[in-house]
Amino acid sequence: MKREPFFWITISCGLVIMAFILLPLIEMMTAPSLSMLKETIKDKDVVRSIWLSIYTAGLAALISFVLGTPLAYLLARRDFMGKRLVEGIIDLPIVIPHPVVGIAILSVAGKNHWIGHLLSELGIRVMGSVTGIVIVLTFVGMPFYLNAAKNGFENISPRLEKVSRSLGASMFSTFFRITFPLAWRSMLIGIIMCCARAISEFGAVVIVAYHPMIAPVLIYERFEAYGLKYSQPVAVWLVSICLVLFLILRILTLRKTREA
Amino acid sequence: MIRVEDLNISLPGFDLSNINLSIEENEFFILMGPTGAGKTVLLEAIAGLVPIKSGKILIGEKDITRLPPEKRGISIVYQDYALFPHLTVLENITYGLHFHRIDKAQAEKRLNRLLEVVNLSHLKERLPVNLSGGEKQRVALARALMVEPKVLLLDEPLSALDPNFREEVRNALKRLHQSSNTTFLMVTHDFVEVLSLAGRAAVMNKGHIEQTGHVKEIFEKPASPFVADFVGMKNLFKASFSGTHAMVLGVRIEIGRTVDPSSQYLAVRPEDIVISRNKFSSSMRNNYSGIITQIDNQGFYYEITVQIKDVSFKGLITKGALIELGLEEGIPVYVSFKASAVHTF
Repeated sequence: MKREPFFWITISCGLVIMAFILLPLIEMMTAPSLSMLKETIKDKDVVRSIWLSIYTAGLAALISFVLGTPLAYLLARRDFMGKRLVEGIIDLPIVIPHPVVGIAILSVAGKNHWIGHLLSELGIRVMGSVTGIVIVLTFVGMPFYLNAAKNGFENISPRLEKVSRSLGASMFSTFFRITFPLAWRSMLIGIIMCCARAISEFGAVVIVAYHPMIAPVLIYERFEAYGLKYSQPVAVWLVSICLVLFLILRILTLRKTREA
Repeated sequence: MIRVEDLNISLPGFDLSNINLSIEENEFFILMGPTGAGKTVLLEAIAGLVPIKSGKILIGEKDITRLPPEKRGISIVYQDYALFPHLTVLENITYGLHFHRIDKAQAEKRLNRLLEVVNLSHLKERLPVNLSGGEKQRVALARALMVEPKVLLLDEPLSALDPNFREEVRNALKRLHQSSNTTFLMVTHDFVEVLSLAGRAAVMNKGHIEQTGHVKEIFEKPASPFVADFVGMKNLFKASFSGTHAMVLGVRIEIGRTVDPSSQYLAVRPEDIVISRNKFSSSMRNNYSGIITQIDNQGFYYEITVQIKDVSFKGLITKGALIELGLEEGIPVYVSFKASAVHTF
């Protein structure tokens, strides 16, 4: 059968895009030699920064999960005045340039602002601290969790909750017995997306906290000071560890679903 | 048993006004009405799932107007089943027991009885996704009744089902009603369901109740033109009454009784109308000659429209009768009906 030219155009564009995404990544991943990778992972600074990246991103996702779930539920279930506005505000961190996010956070957390003043009274330091990093990562990651969780809730018929209530379940029981078991997969996808976004953040973090160094900042520093060759192995380790973590999470949850 | 007093609900773009209903214990009560009449909203208000503006809802002597849904003892079954997709049939049915303290042996007994009545024992371990529509709705019914609610609300429970499953679930409904003390309140617009299940019924239109009464009464003596039209009174005319007869556009119709002077309409059910080729000699008081203007195939029946002066009467006859009488559009026929078949309101 003779294919139309249109078909060949779609295929060629697809191949160009695949190559565009994969070539640089593969090139980077295969550039460092094994001995170099080994040496890099023995470097205490590298291990510390990758670990810091992972656990601050994890914390950001946890905070998004705890604070964001109720709001996501509210947005999925109720119509109210200004709902569009709230949804727009939630998406703001996605569209704001990253360094601007850092500057915006510092303008609230700085000594000149009453919140910053209050925080420093309480002994909480934002500038150049893990706290600061977590705040920034939560800021940029939260929208991804909120939107995924909201979609998950929207896909559950409110009638299931109504039936549950009529059978004697309180709103809390209904949420934990019906809504959560049906929505948790969307919530988990939200958590993974939030984490992924947080781990990749550089511009906002570098303004709030150059030290302690998260992995992207360390990669940038090595690139600036020693060049491409020395930044590549750290990048490879960061990407590999993140991929493995997400993969494990997905496999674990897939297995659980099959049991249920 | 359940009383709704002066209930008013205001939703965006929709209002329920002055709803009054009184349903006896263990009654099978049906709420009829066209789409958008507010039937589902009324059910959800009774269940506590829709905020109300004013009015009262009582079960027995207990005012439940301000109670949350979980404290009312009212179960609800929806048209789309609303089964919990992550739970098995058994887990669905016993879901309500998590929130009701009842003896284990008693629960077991109740479960087995219900499974038997709805005929689901062999499907206990299945997930809802693997059930047919009829099976799903029977699970929903069992789940709703497992907590022995005082009232069971059914929102068009049969209308999403294929016709062959419809009968199966309708029979299950009947058995469940007979074998429990629960009061059933069901929304439908299927007259077969109304006639085979209900004792009393109400007709709703545009957010208010038009008529409440025994099913027979609603079908035979509609209280308003809307109800008459809704229950299939095709021959509905504005009339002027005097003594024991009425005039409809120059046609004199005998009623055989004096009529409430506030009446403005009269109606005759199409199935009460006799159509014949020769003048029909019988005790029927109303006899007219007219011309057939239309014949409509309605499946089991044919609807015949006969023009008498300026009035169009509609009658129903079987296909056999249509052929035997040799009826065609444009031919003259006689139309007869009893004075007692004339309804006035």
